[in-house]
Amino acid sequence: MTLLIEQLLNGIQLGLLMFLLAAGLTLVFGIMDLVNLAHGSLYMFGAYFCASFSAWTGSFVVGALLALPAALLLGVLVEVVVVRKLYRRDHLDHVLATFGLILIANDLVRLVWGPDGRRIPLPAWLSQPIRLTPDLPYPAYRFAVILVGAAVALLLYWLVGRTRTGMWIRAGASNRTMIGALGVNVEALFTLVFGLGAVLAALAGLMAAPIVTVSIGMGDNILILAFVIIVIGGIGSIKGAFIAAMVVGMIDTVGRAFLPDLLKSFLSVAAANTAAPAISSMMIYLLMAGVLVWRPTGLFGARS
Amino acid sequence: MTGMTAPLRTWRGRVAVGLLVMLALLPWYSPWLDAAGIISQRFALTVMTRVVILAIAASSLNLILGYGGMVSFGHAVYIGIGGYTVGILTYHGIGSGFVQFPLAILLSALLALAIGALSLRTRGVYFIMITLAFAQLLYYVAVGLEAYGADDGLTIGRRSDFAGLIPIRGPNKFVAFYLLSFVVLLLVLGLVHRLVNSRFGMALRGTKSNDARMQALGFPTFRYRIVAFAIAGALCGLAGALLANHTEFISPAMMHWTRSGDLIVMVVLGGMGSLLGPVYGAVAFLLLEEFLPAALAMVLTWLHAGLTAVLGAAAAGDLDAWLKMAEYWQIALGTILILVVLYARGGIDGLFGRSRHG
Repeated sequence: MTLLIEQLLNGIQLGLLMFLLAAGLTLVFGIMDLVNLAHGSLYMFGAYFCASFSAWTGSFVVGALLALPAALLLGVLVEVVVVRKLYRRDHLDHVLATFGLILIANDLVRLVWGPDGRRIPLPAWLSQPIRLTPDLPYPAYRFAVILVGAAVALLLYWLVGRTRTGMWIRAGASNRTMIGALGVNVEALFTLVFGLGAVLAALAGLMAAPIVTVSIGMGDNILILAFVIIVIGGIGSIKGAFIAAMVVGMIDTVGRAFLPDLLKSFLSVAAANTAAPAISSMMIYLLMAGVLVWRPTGLFGARS
Repeated sequence: MTGMTAPLRTWRGRVAVGLLVMLALLPWYSPWLDAAGIISQRFALTVMTRVVILAIAASSLNLILGYGGMVSFGHAVYIGIGGYTVGILTYHGIGSGFVQFPLAILLSALLALAIGALSLRTRGVYFIMITLAFAQLLYYVAVGLEAYGADDGLTIGRRSDFAGLIPIRGPNKFVAFYLLSFVVLLLVLGLVHRLVNSRFGMALRGTKSNDARMQALGFPTFRYRIVAFAIAGALCGLAGALLANHTEFISPAMMHWTRSGDLIVMVVLGGMGSLLGPVYGAVAFLLLEEFLPAALAMVLTWLHAGLTAVLGAAAAGDLDAWLKMAEYWQIALGTILILVVLYARGGIDGLFGRSRHG
């Protein structure tokens, strides 16, 4: 029972991280109609910025707080230099150009930070377990990730649903020509949304960094998962991204935790240990294929 | 005979014929390059065999992407299926190419038929993503195959046996395998040419420009698209079977999503919807990958020499530090890719004059 609750919390934590990454992606996708493969690179830069800043200041929290504006600057820079020229192009051009951005980003990181991975050390108060109930210890850092992730999700919900900027963003998602005609500065709005996406991606990257190792290409595989999430949820839908991220986080965590034991009852130990993560990854893609066959524009997607 | 000389009347045709002749004669002039100390024959043949095989794969993608407008982001999965068919059969002692190759093609076609039947219901970016999802699914199947090396892959060690008819295992195996791959490329190009200029191909190109109109004209467009999708899968599976023979090794990395990305890059870099575009693309992409570091090092050496001449040795600094920059050639490759997308829409083929087929 304790194990199950712990794994469920892990699932929520992974789901929230994935949501932060997917939220930026789905906003950019829904509003600018841009397929941004380089979103995973922003996630990677977030982690590297945090690694450098926390080594420099000696504090993980200060490092993280400095990494976010750095990621915002980087996002705005990329938008102005390259991405802005892509809005009027088709999806194929987006895929190609942002694929090029990935190549540049990975080598740039190798140039600046070197080929070796980095670990970000946590402060003492975050690296010990806390007791959620008397007999349920849980790593404090993972719990903090859940809290921050949930807070940012709520903030995003408020920003998009309750503010004037959010109104522009929603209006932009449904008809970008019209909001331009109504006098909204579309160019600035797009830059803002791209920058916001970059900050969210960087936040996900730097929060994942102490759990996984900071390494080159760390964003490449998780990016595909983020795409899976926004496609399942329906492109442009924050709500869809949230639900899909939670489901994907659960499947991945619970699958990895419980499948090996299940498989060991009829496979050899080695085979079960290889097959289990592969099967839980497969289930995610199977889910996506199933959702798309059933609803070709995702769970909450309106447009095709 | 006018049909035979027709390609030579335009620059576009002359370049195309020139490239094919250069590729065809490689085994005969590569010993000269070797003797002149430019490049070893074995290395030239190995690199160019890879180029030719990936040109086959890119041509198969061009059929659906360039002519049919279907942006499949999981095309490398068929390379994997073709490769794993050869690898697994060899592992179990079935070494005959007459069994391996037809089976590789058949399985790829069937898989493409199944993926196409589900994916072609979706449009636009959802199609890009669902093809990617199916490719990832198969990628993780390969990762989970403990018996065949899982993540690390499987060394094959024996090339396909064509009853001694094609000497790809003998003393001349590099030349023989290169020629085999090149002949397959010519056959594939011939097939694609016949297909896209047939009634079938016209209908397929019609679905690219306006699917609704084609349906209104009474064409069962779904059937046209899925048949093209399956043919493309089959041809790419053939490329995979060749690739497994070339490297004598299979691994899930063959069908990683970045490999699918590479194939799209080749098609677009070369010129979408032009017969030889994917061949230009494969040549350019793989030669860039192979020689860009050396080319960058050369340019950096010149720059360093120039700077030393103008500002003196102190200002130019250490040459080794400059040459280290050449390690980061992917920055240059990525920049080239972005520039091509932004400013050279027709790809390489578009540089040599406009295509008649558009």
